[in-house]
Amino acid sequence: MSTTKNWPLWEVFVRSKNGLEHRHFGSLHAADAEMALENARDVYTRRNEGVSIWVVESKHITASNPEHNGEMFEPAQDKVYRHPTFYELPDEVKYM
Amino acid sequence: MKENLYKYILGIADNSLILGQRLGELTGHGPSLETDIACTNLSLDLLGQVRSYYQYAAKILGNGKTEDDIAMLRLEHEYLNVLLVEQPNTDFAYSMGRQFLFDVYHFLFLNELQKSTDITLSAIAIKSIKEVSYHQRFSSDWIKRLGDGTEESHQKMQTAIDDLWTYTDELFRQTEADIAMVTEGVGVDVTKLKDTYYKKVAEVLEEATLKIPESKYFQKGGKHGIHTEHMGYLLADLQYMQRTYPNMEW
Repeated sequence: MSTTKNWPLWEVFVRSKNGLEHRHFGSLHAADAEMALENARDVYTRRNEGVSIWVVESKHITASNPEHNGEMFEPAQDKVYRHPTFYELPDEVKYM
Repeated sequence: MKENLYKYILGIADNSLILGQRLGELTGHGPSLETDIACTNLSLDLLGQVRSYYQYAAKILGNGKTEDDIAMLRLEHEYLNVLLVEQPNTDFAYSMGRQFLFDVYHFLFLNELQKSTDITLSAIAIKSIKEVSYHQRFSSDWIKRLGDGTEESHQKMQTAIDDLWTYTDELFRQTEADIAMVTEGVGVDVTKLKDTYYKKVAEVLEEATLKIPESKYFQKGGKHGIHTEHMGYLLADLQYMQRTYPNMEW
């Protein structure tokens, strides 16, 4: 029996509840989008995990290069005004 | 005891139990991780449905036997499933062909069983039909993929359909218990599902570029407990634990 080595990889995003955003759940192999949806249903949403599934072929995702993490993600620490740390949060505001 | 009702329930439940067992054999052996999980899911759906039927059957039997006794400890000729569901996983085309030829029937059947005057059977049908609707979609898709796939997959799919075709007619045959239950409004008159069944099957086969087998020679016997040579091996697997360690539980 042939293996899945020729099937492309797909990324699966699942919306857990209406009102929430789709979140990345994982990846799987499938021959096309329809099969990817069915596989995603079977692999990730058999226990009421979601109300909506998105699949996208992994090759369509452009990822940042870890080698460039410095220039991408590490801002100069001396520009303190970039960080919103100069005001006090009221107690009522949670989860900030 | 309501003998006819008991036999009628077994006829329905045994189809799902035996098919569930066949699908379970693929666990760890599916052609891909994703397909493997999908087949196991189908199996679990069917076994879940089976429990409701056997619990009901045990109640009717009323002699202290449990759902497990009924599922695990009967002799081969006491199983009333159709021959189609006991056919082996020769290759993935056979597994999907068997699934498809049963799913189309199963959906039509449950659709009617929802209207049964027996409220337990009607409730089980209502609960199960969503799952079976997905089964039908899954297996139909695979028939189309393999049929309309490569030259090799087309050939394998056609061979499987040709071989399994001989077991389709039995789905629409009635035993005496079936006829009695239909008369009482409990059972489904399967003879009335036949035309719709072959029409639906033909639609998918055509889309899959597969030929509809012309053979008019059909096998039967399962509904009366007369099985193919594969059944004994299947039951040996299915019953091993209960026979070796009686009353064992998880």
